[in-house]
Amino acid sequence: MFEWLAYDFMRTALWAVLLLVPLLSLLGTLVVNNKMSFFSDALGHSALTGVAIGVLAGVSEYRLVMVAFGVVFALCMNRIRRSRLASTDTVIGVFSSVGVALGLTLLSARGNLANYQSLLVGDILSVTADELWVLAGALAATALVWLVCFNGFFAVSISPSVAKSKGFRSALYDNLFVVLVAVVVMLAIRWVGLLLINAMLILPAASSRNVARSMRSYHLLSLIFGLFSGVLGLWLSYYNGVATGPTIILVLAAVFFGTFLLRKK
Amino acid sequence: MSHCGLHCLKIEHITVRASGQTLVEDVSLHAHCGEITAVIGRNGAGKSTLFKAILDEIPHEGEVVFTGHNGTPSKRRPKIGYVPQSLNIDGGNPAAVLDIAVAYTSRWPAFLPVPGRIRARLKKHFARFDAADLLDKQAGRLSGGEWQRVLLAIATYPHPDMLVLDEPVSGVDTAGLSRFYELLEQLRKEDMVILIISHDLAFVRAHADRVALLDGKVLAKGAPADVFASDAFQKAFVMGGER
Repeated sequence: MFEWLAYDFMRTALWAVLLLVPLLSLLGTLVVNNKMSFFSDALGHSALTGVAIGVLAGVSEYRLVMVAFGVVFALCMNRIRRSRLASTDTVIGVFSSVGVALGLTLLSARGNLANYQSLLVGDILSVTADELWVLAGALAATALVWLVCFNGFFAVSISPSVAKSKGFRSALYDNLFVVLVAVVVMLAIRWVGLLLINAMLILPAASSRNVARSMRSYHLLSLIFGLFSGVLGLWLSYYNGVATGPTIILVLAAVFFGTFLLRKK
Repeated sequence: MSHCGLHCLKIEHITVRASGQTLVEDVSLHAHCGEITAVIGRNGAGKSTLFKAILDEIPHEGEVVFTGHNGTPSKRRPKIGYVPQSLNIDGGNPAAVLDIAVAYTSRWPAFLPVPGRIRARLKKHFARFDAADLLDKQAGRLSGGEWQRVLLAIATYPHPDMLVLDEPVSGVDTAGLSRFYELLEQLRKEDMVILIISHDLAFVRAHADRVALLDGKVLAKGAPADVFASDAFQKAFVMGGER
């Protein structure tokens, strides 16, 4: 049962799952609560443009460009979302389409579109030992931001007016949250893929929401469902010789439907 | 606490414009501590917009000054308690009332187990609003009346200088409303300015000390009896059909 852990790359992948899943599950709680799953999906899609800009600019560490682009993209999208000048889902849909189309156009101009296909589905088995430190750093930083800023994020999401009356700076927390999501999504996309990142972000929280009765249980169950699905998905993918990321998502989806049937009445 | 009667909220020449339209025009109002000041008007009269300007949530002209006991403008930022019509909480939201109260009133991260001292403090405060038992309830499952008491409890913790209420148009039953007004009557005896958008003219007549009738601008203001007898009031509520 444990022979899969005899391989270095599988042990590294297990660590990657143990770091990446809590990171995404934590952010997912408020993404789901704030009804921002389409927002984060669009953000993931924009990664293509981020990579394209990095490649065209000849930057060797294109991930930095991707993160920077993701942050700008998220802030622009959030600004239009907040201005309520147009229907939110339409605005996000437009941003999402532009993010994909512009990325594909720019990458195809260099004639090497196929080289970037791995970005679509990612590969969690490709994580290196050094990258684990990046993930650990991201998890620690996010947990710290969560400890300090969660009340602000939560307060602003349920009523910007009440939050403001209590001294929270609504726009600041709102923007800080989307920046945090943008950075994490862009960092994680290489391993999870832009087609799957959103599922990994929202499914643990969506499952937890079916059964949780407080913010504590919501967070705790998100982490438990995420970690359970991550490890089980990794194990199943090894023994069945199938891609890891999609298997994890399928387990997460099974957990979602299971909890949906158990949901509180 | 004593009825001080000196604290005063001075709303001076507030004008709000958006997309080339003037939503609120040159509104000036004085609301005093220990009094209930009600803003009434038909739907779309700019009541909520005026409140958003008072809370400094939207760009506006004019100013909101809070004067201290001696009548000079207060240097410290006034503590504001705001009761909105509703929160963005749907039925599936896992947040318990306690989580919301902790997030709004303390620095303790609301996703962690709440320490006994914070819980005890909130429970004591919520008990005053018949809401202590609601702390462990899921927020998405509260009735309209329960929500109003919870929001009032959150707004008054810590004790605010000014309580601003945007009364919900519907969803609260008669018993819930009369309990809510009772609580407001108790709060007015404390050291705070109470400003309310009300749709309940019977409440305004019975409890408000001052009334402002708004329709973009102030059409009439003063004691309830005077405002209710004004031509503007007759036009807005009696002849116009809205009650």
